[in-house]
Amino acid sequence: MHTATRQTPLFETHRELGGRMVPFAGWMMPVQYTGVLEEHRAVRSGAGLSDLSHMGEIEISGEQALSFLNYALTNDAAKLEPGSAQYTLIPYTDGTIVDDAILYRLEDRYLLVVNASNVVKDLDWLRHQALGFPASEMRDVSDQTALVAIQGPCSEEVLRPLMDADVATLGYYHAAQATVGGASALVARTGYTGEDGFEIFVGSGDATRVWHALLTQGKPLGLIPVGLAARDTLRLEAKMALYGHEISDQTNPVEAGLGWAVSLEKGDFVGREALEREKRLGPARKLIGFELLELGVPRAEQPIYKDGVQVGFVTSGTYSPTLNKPIGLGYVPIRFSRLETEFDILIRYRPVRARVVRTPFYKRERGASS
Amino acid sequence: MNPDDRRYTQEHEWVRIEGDLATIGITHHAQHQLGDVVYVDLPEVGATLNQHQPFGSIDSVKTASDLFSPISGEVVEVNSAVTDDPAVVNADPFGQGWMLRVRPSDPAEADALMTADQYGLYTQES
Repeated sequence: MHTATRQTPLFETHRELGGRMVPFAGWMMPVQYTGVLEEHRAVRSGAGLSDLSHMGEIEISGEQALSFLNYALTNDAAKLEPGSAQYTLIPYTDGTIVDDAILYRLEDRYLLVVNASNVVKDLDWLRHQALGFPASEMRDVSDQTALVAIQGPCSEEVLRPLMDADVATLGYYHAAQATVGGASALVARTGYTGEDGFEIFVGSGDATRVWHALLTQGKPLGLIPVGLAARDTLRLEAKMALYGHEISDQTNPVEAGLGWAVSLEKGDFVGREALEREKRLGPARKLIGFELLELGVPRAEQPIYKDGVQVGFVTSGTYSPTLNKPIGLGYVPIRFSRLETEFDILIRYRPVRARVVRTPFYKRERGASS
Repeated sequence: MNPDDRRYTQEHEWVRIEGDLATIGITHHAQHQLGDVVYVDLPEVGATLNQHQPFGSIDSVKTASDLFSPISGEVVEVNSAVTDDPAVVNADPFGQGWMLRVRPSDPAEADALMTADQYGLYTQES
């Protein structure tokens, strides 16, 4: 894309905080502030603050909103009560994936939050799907919406005094309208790190105010700003899919281990036939987690070999800051997907031994509230 | 900030020649750009290095990069402090974070590399 790189309302704030700004999905975003390991560990032990204002927000309303969403998305939107959310996928007709998203049901409308890199593509695709649902309306509110995430075990403690509603009663994958640091916000208990935490939607003009309120309140509890690099290692440890890596227009939800987000208990939807077949017959390959048994760091797109033959590829790899070892995700044929199976990953022209392990690599101990 | 007792490559390695041995490492600028270093893959003692050719690789949490040799020669010592604890490269890239000691086959090769001042300008521009 040759459009100019855009800036979120927090661009100057990131620079003042020492963020290293890099182009990402058409935006200038902070890849790190103090260091990826420190930022990663802050989210696991205390709290981290991230700017997600580059993400896309699409509002859907109208009498046919639900019928449209249940046609265009894989999960069953009818299961959503007002104030609740679900992970869902936007499928192509052949069952591969346009994007993944979180769908929120609000009082009078739905809010679909999609990846920054896919906003234009998603809107094009969804508008096309919406032609059969004239009584549904879709509105791209990405530009006027800022999104700030606070993630980590101390998140609730940081947010509580800043919020006019009781944050403790907000359940996992639930959202509520509230005032945060004096700004009107939609507060959702969701995230992409494997920790408890919140994603806070505010108007673009309120972004810096809410950011600074959280930063000031959180500092004594160890909260620091967290850039894209640490968000990537955090989501990888929690085995959360990243579009363009674990999921894409070349993969389907079933092989990606996301079959739980595909509901066959609802009516017809885009890709239903392909996905029903994939669920019935079982996928030919599967997304697995592995760790290296030798030194090295696996990276996306490296080939996976079994007995000298390429059988798969790595979708994401890194050095896990929590486990202190190299880990990754990749696709292999079902017969090589069992736990403890060993294979080789070609890392910089050298085969390195790896073993299939249980995922997620990291799982937090869940408290009563989540 | 770049010591002037050594020479620098465009790929952000340094080489310091003392007597008949040369010491090789990466610059402060390089470690800063990489971020937290978690793995360094270095050749063994006895390996032959060719100037401007890859001799190993370095991984930060985010990314992997080749290491390019600033000079040709034979490896006589590998810094195990770096392979054991790669964070040393971040903490002290010009000192304890050195990587290899090499017996250069042509020490004059280093003369063609950048001086500290030239490298300083180079990193400002890039």
